[in-house]
Amino acid sequence: MLKITCPWCGAREEIEFSYGGQAHVAYPADPAALSDDEWAQYVFMRDNPKGVFLERWVHSQGCRRWFNAVRHTVTHQIDATYKPGEPPPAQAGVK
Amino acid sequence: MSNAFRIAGAGRIDRNAPLAFRFNGRPLQGYAGDTLASALLANGVHLVGRSFKYHRPRGILSAGHEEPNALVQLERGAYTEPNLRATEIELYEGLDASSVNCWPSVDFDLRAAFGFASPILVAGFYNKTFKWPKSFWKKFYEPMIRAAAGLGTAPTEADPDTYDRMHWHCDVLVVGAGPAGLAAALPAARAGLRVALVEEAHELGGSLLARSAEIEGLSGSEWAARAAAELEALPNVLLLRRTSVFGYYDHNYLMAVERRTDHAGPGRMPGIARKRLWHFRARRVVLATGAHERPIAFGNNDLPGIMLANAACTYAQRYGVSLGRAGLAFVNNDAGLRHALDTHAAARNLTHIVDARVSPDPGLLRRADEAGIEVLTGHLVSTAGGGKRVSSVEVRGIDGGGARRIACDHVLMSGGLNPVVHLYSQAPGTLRYDASLTCFLPDRTLQAVETAGAINACFALDRALADGARAGAATLAALGHAAAPVPVEARDDLKLQTLWSVQTSLNTELPGKHFVDFQNDVTERDIRLAAREGFRSVEHTKRYTTNGMATDQGKTSNVVGLALLADALAKPIPEVGTTTFRPPFTPVTFGALAGRDRGALSDPVRTTPIHAWHVENGAVFEDVGQWKRPWYFPLPGEDMHAAVQRESKAVRTTAGIMDATTLGKIDIQGPDAAEFLNRVYTNAWTKLGVGACRYGLMCKPDGMVMDDGVTARLAEDRFLMTTTTGNAARVLDWLEEWLQTEWPGLKVYCTSVTEQWSTVAVVGPNSRKILQALAPEMDFSNAAFPFMSFREGTVAGLQARVFRISFSGELAYEINVPSWHGLAMWQAVMAAGKPYGLTPYGTETMHVVRAEKGYIIIGQDTDGTVTPQDLGMDWIVSKQKDFIGRRSFSRPDTARAGRKQLVGLLPADRSFVAAEGAHLVADPQRARHDPATGSPSLGDVTSSYLSPNLETGFALALLADGRALHGRTVHCVTAGGLQPMTVVDPVFFDKEGKRRDGID
Ligand SMILES: [Zn+2]
Repeated sequence: MLKITCPWCGAREEIEFSYGGQAHVAYPADPAALSDDEWAQYVFMRDNPKGVFLERWVHSQGCRRWFNAVRHTVTHQIDATYKPGEPPPAQAGVK
Repeated sequence: MSNAFRIAGAGRIDRNAPLAFRFNGRPLQGYAGDTLASALLANGVHLVGRSFKYHRPRGILSAGHEEPNALVQLERGAYTEPNLRATEIELYEGLDASSVNCWPSVDFDLRAAFGFASPILVAGFYNKTFKWPKSFWKKFYEPMIRAAAGLGTAPTEADPDTYDRMHWHCDVLVVGAGPAGLAAALPAARAGLRVALVEEAHELGGSLLARSAEIEGLSGSEWAARAAAELEALPNVLLLRRTSVFGYYDHNYLMAVERRTDHAGPGRMPGIARKRLWHFRARRVVLATGAHERPIAFGNNDLPGIMLANAACTYAQRYGVSLGRAGLAFVNNDAGLRHALDTHAAARNLTHIVDARVSPDPGLLRRADEAGIEVLTGHLVSTAGGGKRVSSVEVRGIDGGGARRIACDHVLMSGGLNPVVHLYSQAPGTLRYDASLTCFLPDRTLQAVETAGAINACFALDRALADGARAGAATLAALGHAAAPVPVEARDDLKLQTLWSVQTSLNTELPGKHFVDFQNDVTERDIRLAAREGFRSVEHTKRYTTNGMATDQGKTSNVVGLALLADALAKPIPEVGTTTFRPPFTPVTFGALAGRDRGALSDPVRTTPIHAWHVENGAVFEDVGQWKRPWYFPLPGEDMHAAVQRESKAVRTTAGIMDATTLGKIDIQGPDAAEFLNRVYTNAWTKLGVGACRYGLMCKPDGMVMDDGVTARLAEDRFLMTTTTGNAARVLDWLEEWLQTEWPGLKVYCTSVTEQWSTVAVVGPNSRKILQALAPEMDFSNAAFPFMSFREGTVAGLQARVFRISFSGELAYEINVPSWHGLAMWQAVMAAGKPYGLTPYGTETMHVVRAEKGYIIIGQDTDGTVTPQDLGMDWIVSKQKDFIGRRSFSRPDTARAGRKQLVGLLPADRSFVAAEGAHLVADPQRARHDPATGSPSLGDVTSSYLSPNLETGFALALLADGRALHGRTVHCVTAGGLQPMTVVDPVFFDKEGKRRDGID
């Protein structure tokens, strides 16, 4: 079980959180302007890297707020967590 | 004679505290401080069980958690527990244990006959042998295997004990309180850190309790007792005995099970939870988990009386038990040789030492010589002889010559030491192979963990203590405390001669079975056969041979099996690699895992404020998520069918009353609330007037329907949304996600108010009269209080919100009151409805009457692949604005012809009620389930009932191109054949919608 640091509440057990998939996939500003392929990319396609991944979590059993995390998908090391709207921190520390 | 094999004056047992116990019904006696295994051995009992596959006689191999053979069924009735290791059971007065896996008795096992059939029970025998003929499987093979295999018997009565859960956060968690663990824990504890020290035995000290040693002028056990006392006195230290760490998970999360009452016997410590499941989160971990000794594969190496050398030493020195009158030790390394000599120092019963090495340590040889033991260097034990106990061994030179037979009644063996790297591997940590010690050692990990002592191959006591001190200092430094660094301790050189199997060493085939995995009866031959049959991966070989897959998870067999596989494949051992170590390290009972989460506490039960009335009035309940909802209200003598027919009829002819409290309710406030609803619902919301309601449909970005419900505008900037009962939490999460992550600029706040409001639905042509009687000041006329609007007012003397919405097509009202008034409102409505025969109804009738109107239920008539257009609900999809999912409606797959669409079905036989989920086919001539010739499924039935109002069975279905098929016949597949049904519009009742304003 991971230990995850909510940017608002601090470090908590993973059971308090829910996973939200890849971060920084914005809802398109004008969906109607997109081709079928571009829209399908948004709806269905996500990265699945072996390594550093920027992903969303929500503190569903705590403050109920969403945030982003920098996690290594092999080691599960979490290098940083940050609030939505903030840019991802420099990733040099991720092993 | 009782305790005939007790060594006078030796051991840490209390001779003033004799304990009576029974083994296989036979009364025996041991002492306080014994394990069941040591007490059995003290009474000369070596035969303790039968093996899993061949039912061979088996004895005690070890003195700890690695034991593969000595599994027992402990106690009877509700307290019975199968497959416990006799080597770990602390003896108590009245203990009652019996062997597992033998019939009719351990001394005379009929199934030992399998031994003669062993050629068919080789590796992969399940896969190979029982294939043919097919009909034999159910009638013969399966019953035979089920009867013969398996170990103990699970209890059939409810567990009478309670179990607790603990959470513990600490700076340092030390696993194992042997010399290295104590040496590591002491400096951290003295520095004031929050330390947890976890030891599986009831006493701290580990090997110090089982070897003669001197530390700082004290005996090993005295030193351990002093350390324990010091740690116990410190308030910052948690000391757990009888506690096994079984799992090491991410971010230094470890789990352990503490046994609090087992040592006293069942029911002897009332009021104390039997076990505690500990959840640790530690900043740093120290693993001082020790080492296991390794068996050697030689002929009949599983005979009772053959034991690991360090176990024999433990029985002699800690329990004062000798294994027999004339013993022989077979070793290939200095540690094993030392264990043999230490055993002899107490038991004085070794006659021979067979050492595979040509020139062992001269100092140790001198000790043997002084003790009068004959040492055969450069020799091997090739085969053991005996029936239910070893009686002799055949010894050969390492060149294969000079065979001689030596009589003995027990054999000590040591093929080297395996550091207990299991938890480290789970951490996860990588392992490296040490060719000189022929074992795996901790290598690299990203977890904050140190290893200390024998796990690092620091086997000898002085090295283990020094390595523990080093790990303690490193832990302090890592936590920012001043600590003088201690140099890394060199690992021991055991002067080990590689020896996995005597056959392999002699390069010849020897008689007898050469066991690798004692618990699963896997032999050297099985592993070589697997290699010959093409198995290359250690993971595949493990599964094919079942080596290491028993309840001991191969603690004594994994490395030997791996080495023999590498030999058979002619590959170096590191290239073959190890199998994965997984939790639990030792078995954990379900009771310990479940803790207090049993029975009513296993999952929360949600009930409405009106629940007590439902119970009193005989409601039959249905689980909807965690809610208990009345399903139907049978009158005396009624079955479900009769009750539902009566309730459905009442709703359409007079009035029914339903508890709708469980519907999800979300209060949505803020200046941008209307704009927000515009984006999440498919229809428009900005123009909805205050006091009005609207039905809405929510889609996911892929355009599939996700939820529906009625939302009312309470004020310009405030809405009350209702959701389906099961989706309430999911919808709130969904709204929050979009608000927080995509539209943080919108000023909107969502709050769940599901449990704050109680909802009483009054449904049917007479509902207006009932409401009018309850609220004389309110105007319930169609003009003043139209469909899809709400009013606030006093109803039955209570402040209420009344919504005019309908899920039945009838005139209907939903009265909302603060939940603590729910029951009072229900009772008031029941009283006012009495003159009209107001009938309470449950979810089943709700389903029937809504289906008669073609109203969908999300999750029943939809499954996440259904669009609003598929449901024929284009009318609710706005063309003017964007909303979640809209872009997907023009995707090629969503817009294609031939999608499944919602239709109604009427059976030709009016009494036929289709099964929900039944498939629909077009051509009755090709209906067989043959993929080549069968008729393809065109869709399936989603809702199906018998309607008293339509006087026929009827169904809703999702049918390919369904709307184009109105009037056509499809065939519903049933177990008894096909049933023709006519495709119709999904609205069966009151198509014009006249009844929603009442019929008077
Ligand atoms: Zn939080």
